[in-house]
Amino acid sequence: MNMMTDEQAMLFAKAIVLMGQGIGAGLALIAGIGPGIGEGYAVGKAIETIGRQPEAKSSATTTMFIGCAVAESTGIYGLLVGIILLFVNPFLKHLS
Amino acid sequence: MVNKIAAGLFAAAEGAVKAFDTELHVDVVGPKKMIIFFNGDTELFAISETVVTGWLLIIVLFALMCWLTSDLKVVPTSKRQVLAEWFVTFFNNLVRENMGSKMMHMAPYIATVFTFALTGSLVSVLGLRSMTVDINCTGTWAAVTFILITFYKIKSNGFGGYLKGFTEPVPVITPINILSEVATPTAMALRMFGNISSGMIIGSIVYAFLTVLSNAVYNLIPALSSATFLNNFHILQIGVPAALSIYFDFFSGVIQSYVFIMLTMAYVGDAAGKED
Repeated sequence: MNMMTDEQAMLFAKAIVLMGQGIGAGLALIAGIGPGIGEGYAVGKAIETIGRQPEAKSSATTTMFIGCAVAESTGIYGLLVGIILLFVNPFLKHLS
Repeated sequence: MVNKIAAGLFAAAEGAVKAFDTELHVDVVGPKKMIIFFNGDTELFAISETVVTGWLLIIVLFALMCWLTSDLKVVPTSKRQVLAEWFVTFFNNLVRENMGSKMMHMAPYIATVFTFALTGSLVSVLGLRSMTVDINCTGTWAAVTFILITFYKIKSNGFGGYLKGFTEPVPVITPINILSEVATPTAMALRMFGNISSGMIIGSIVYAFLTVLSNAVYNLIPALSSATFLNNFHILQIGVPAALSIYFDFFSGVIQSYVFIMLTMAYVGDAAGKED
């Protein structure tokens, strides 16, 4: 097999870094599982509450949305890590 | 044989690198610089799009509020006074419910933050870049909340009591208490930034995808496949992204602004000691 030229080696290294970033971004989005389960649970409980006390619908809905938005934050952190890995390419600048 | 595989690998690598370098480039972390001040050739400092949008919003909101509150009467006769009264009553009730009637002086601040955050997020429907897609913006609001929390803690407990509050319930967990004190504004800033910016990024990805799809549609039709005037006109981009915009711009923006002020009220009210 021929030896790689420097350019090819650089390209290959860049591709490996990008591959790692892609895999890392995918793994980071596993963080979405937790908020998904949690929000589903919260919404289910809110529906139970509304079914039992229809007069509490507005306050239950508001509280549920706030709880959902707060519970979502861990998933958002994972999403941020994934987005930064995909679009900001923080590790590419270490290749030189 | 080995050479062929290697050549194929290099071609694939080149394609992947190119795709990452050119297509789908979304400027997530930094908004673009609108006004740059130069000293000779060196860049002194730059004013970002966020700041420009923010000041435009401040001017528009100020004019709107002046118009809403002009010519007030004891018994409202105009629709705009009813609207203004509804706005004030809404936030007064919200603050009274969540912070107690002792903290009513917080109501103007809460209303300001909500209005600014809401319009700052929804400005993306006008084609501008949302203010809240800048971590500096949400970070500033969270920092103000942090200052308010600290101020009311010191005010209600005294400075010694504030410091002593870190060692409760047992002195061993002081580092954890300090960490949770810092985590509060960080989480608030990141939550809002993450929600709105993820919406923007998904929107950009959808636009890029629809470009490809429109070109594929053009290529299917023989009459259109060689038309050059369609190069910058992508038919599928009309209307389709609006459905996503309802969720990512409107729903997300409203909910996150509301959550931001609710959390501010909860933390500040907690720090001030809710009793009434």
